[in-house]
Amino acid sequence: MSRARKLLIFGGLLLAAFGMLYGLHYALFVEHQTLDEMGASLTEGFVAAAERQPAASSRAIDRYAQTKYVYVRQVDVHSHWVGLGMLLIALGAAFDQVGFAERIRVWIAIMLLSGAAIFPMGVLLQTVVPGPLPTVLAIGGAALVTSGLMLTAIGIARKPGPRDARH
Amino acid sequence: MVAQGAVPHPRKPSLALVSATRILIFGGIALIAGGMLFGDIFAVFVLHQNGGQTGQALMAASQTVAAGNPLEAKAAFERVGGLLEDHGTKVDAHVHMTDAGFLALLLALLQPCVALRPEPKRLLAWLFVAGGALLPIGIFLIHYLGLAYSPSPVIGWASVLADSAGALLIAVLVVEAWALWKHFQTGSPVSEPELPPDRSWERRTLLAGGTLLILIGFLYGAWYASVDLYRHEARETQILHSIVDSAANGQIASTHGVEDYGALAAERAVKIAAHSHIIEFGLLAILLAFIQRYVYLRETWKRRWVIVLLAGSVMLPVFVLLELKLGLLAGGIADVGGLMVVVALIGMLAGIVRHTGSLDDTGAQP
Repeated sequence: MSRARKLLIFGGLLLAAFGMLYGLHYALFVEHQTLDEMGASLTEGFVAAAERQPAASSRAIDRYAQTKYVYVRQVDVHSHWVGLGMLLIALGAAFDQVGFAERIRVWIAIMLLSGAAIFPMGVLLQTVVPGPLPTVLAIGGAALVTSGLMLTAIGIARKPGPRDARH
Repeated sequence: MVAQGAVPHPRKPSLALVSATRILIFGGIALIAGGMLFGDIFAVFVLHQNGGQTGQALMAASQTVAAGNPLEAKAAFERVGGLLEDHGTKVDAHVHMTDAGFLALLLALLQPCVALRPEPKRLLAWLFVAGGALLPIGIFLIHYLGLAYSPSPVIGWASVLADSAGALLIAVLVVEAWALWKHFQTGSPVSEPELPPDRSWERRTLLAGGTLLILIGFLYGAWYASVDLYRHEARETQILHSIVDSAANGQIASTHGVEDYGALAAERAVKIAAHSHIIEFGLLAILLAFIQRYVYLRETWKRRWVIVLLAGSVMLPVFVLLELKLGLLAGGIADVGGLMVVVALIGMLAGIVRHTGSLDDTGAQP
């Protein structure tokens, strides 16, 4: 098995397992509490409004928005790590059909793997680190994956791989 | 649909008798088809009704606020919470069942390089398929079982079932990765016949179509994240503030606000669904490309199923997006697209059953 395929298959397996572990941890220790917090703050916003306390109501709605901002990103990170991991394994299985030299295929595999790890990490960091750095990481990671995928598509279209003889 | 002419000889690319690969291919396709069928049923019978009920409950909540009745407002929000949980757990059950199927197919591709004896490999395959079935069942039951008889104040027995099934999937995945690593470290010979090389029209079309679908899905996701995500989040907070403010001032004219909230939720849901479905269908097409040699059908039928699958894969996300403009008509066409993918999957599965049936009939051994 070529180095590029190994990179994609092992990297994909690790990423999928890591994404699932993160999801398990999240489901056990974070999700229920977060959903409770979201429900409670929204309810509190409406109850405070019914009690004619506009400031408390406004604070509760803002807290709901902040909790939901974090929740959406944490769930997205889980699904994107697992999804990208599966994509890497599938591409790894087909990578011998990418019509580039092995050295270039390794670089494409590195692009795909690093992008698949960095992009969700950037999204996750958006919930804890202020400033533009997490967003830059997320955009950079997504760009790496998309470029790697484009190159893979070009490589598959370019010429048949060595194992592509018709049977 | 009788296999003749261009069909693969049943003895050549062998899916050995009850091998781990066979269990994972059957289990994987069954999980994907089951997950998608569940998603289609959910979309037709639950999704829109649930959205309507949530809007009504939110309206009732704003009316109780206008009437200055905090206790009723709290009760209304318990109804909203229940409806959202109903919606969320069904979406999660659909997604997790389909994804477990994808992972099972991926593991099937890797089985020849997994350095384990056939018995433990089969056991791992069964455990993975069982975990993949139990995880969505657990998630589905969360809404119905709630915290009944649970010793924990936040996690019920259905969540315990789902989390245990998830842990089982992770454990199998870790052992498979370790055995794969061992194979490459020791250079042990492959333990099952490798997937046969194939340059057929079906395989090339599925590979190219799948890659294209994933690429489109990625570009659309990037577009959504940069243009819509933050705008939607800001708009949601703004709408909630306006509903609460107008209700707190004793106005019952917050219908417009609740309608805005519903429209925003719908816009967000269809855009995310289009992004995730087009990528999932692309991945499915790539995975199915690898097992076309096992589909024991006449070439015409194999090609038909490929075309039906790819057409459905484009129809569903495109018409899900068009729901915003065309309403339920587009939703119905999207559901037909999803059904086309399920039918194509079942068609291919039937071909694999024929392949394994002829193997069993000729007494092929692992």
